[in-house]
Amino acid sequence: MPKVKPHRTSPSLDMTPMVDLAFLLVTFFMLTTKFAPEETVVVDTPSSTSELKLPENNVITLTVDAKKRVFFGVDAPQTKIQALQKVGAKYGVNFTAAQAKEFSNLPNFGLPISQLGSYLNMAKEDRKQVNAQQPGVPLDSLNNQLIDWVLAARTANQAIFHKPTYIAIKGDGNADVPTVQQVIKVLQEKDINRFNLITDMENKPVAAAK
Amino acid sequence: MAEIQGKADSGGKGGKKRAKKMSTKIDMTPMVDLAFLLLTFFMLTTTFAKPNVMQLTMPVKKTDDVEDTKIKASQAMTIILGKDNKAYYYFGLNTPNDKTVAKPELKVTNFAANGIRQVLLDRQRQKPEPIILIKATEDAKYKNMVDILDEMNITNQKKYALVKVPKDDLDLIKDSAL
Repeated sequence: MPKVKPHRTSPSLDMTPMVDLAFLLVTFFMLTTKFAPEETVVVDTPSSTSELKLPENNVITLTVDAKKRVFFGVDAPQTKIQALQKVGAKYGVNFTAAQAKEFSNLPNFGLPISQLGSYLNMAKEDRKQVNAQQPGVPLDSLNNQLIDWVLAARTANQAIFHKPTYIAIKGDGNADVPTVQQVIKVLQEKDINRFNLITDMENKPVAAAK
Repeated sequence: MAEIQGKADSGGKGGKKRAKKMSTKIDMTPMVDLAFLLLTFFMLTTTFAKPNVMQLTMPVKKTDDVEDTKIKASQAMTIILGKDNKAYYYFGLNTPNDKTVAKPELKVTNFAANGIRQVLLDRQRQKPEPIILIKATEDAKYKNMVDILDEMNITNQKKYALVKVPKDDLDLIKDSAL
């Protein structure tokens, strides 16, 4: 009787399906990824149990940091350029096409409009050093540029995308309430009464949620 | 390496030399390495999670012919956000000028799970439908404001308002020395 030889299998295995899958995932992530823009200011938002998500588009973000500074940002580049021209015209500041292009790449800024031009002329690396010293968009009653930005961005967004904008307030946990309330008050004067407070996620407490 | 070439040939008994059969397989390992490297990179850089938001709707700007809504003292409860994450609260209304109303008793608690939340739940159990007035002092942190609004959601409190802190309430805090 012949000995039953164990079938000698090659130790190599077919990797093709794995490679297929890997490349499928790579393609998926490459196409869906949207690089997080480099923030001008880092804020640590407080957490809440809210499960609502921030809308994808048409969002005006007002960032309030712990040093009472307010930063303005809007998502769509076209909206940014139009808002820049509108606010620039109001304050008699002109921006070149190159500056407008630079501006459309900024996630947000916290400067009075008079300083915006020189900031846009800077190289990207130099801006990083200035970022910490940005004074914030002025919003007191004498010099209220924030409301001009918000209104200009709203009308521009409406004109371009025909969609209303959401106002998101992204406050640092250590920001003080008067600054946030000042922002809210300024917007309320223009009949903007709906706000979205950006927060981190937190699990719902078990006992109280009935 | 993942690919180990099997013996190319085993047929000949030292006879004719055959042309070496080339394996049709290519070593895919570097490609797989690269694919997974890219996969990891894109997975880590992608911003999947959109941030959560908490909706806040403020009342429409007041016109002159509309009067302020008065609330009953039996329904009212005030929470004052103080400094160092303190939450002061009292029931009823604080009107020092009106002698017929007793001075409310100020208490202090915090934003922990057994702090202000418990107070709110107890209050809701005793007398239903309280109206909460949230007053933030200058020293309050934005985190406290979000926390207290969150507590309103957690405890299912429907009626609440963010209002300015009047001087009477500040005096109350000062007097109580809590």
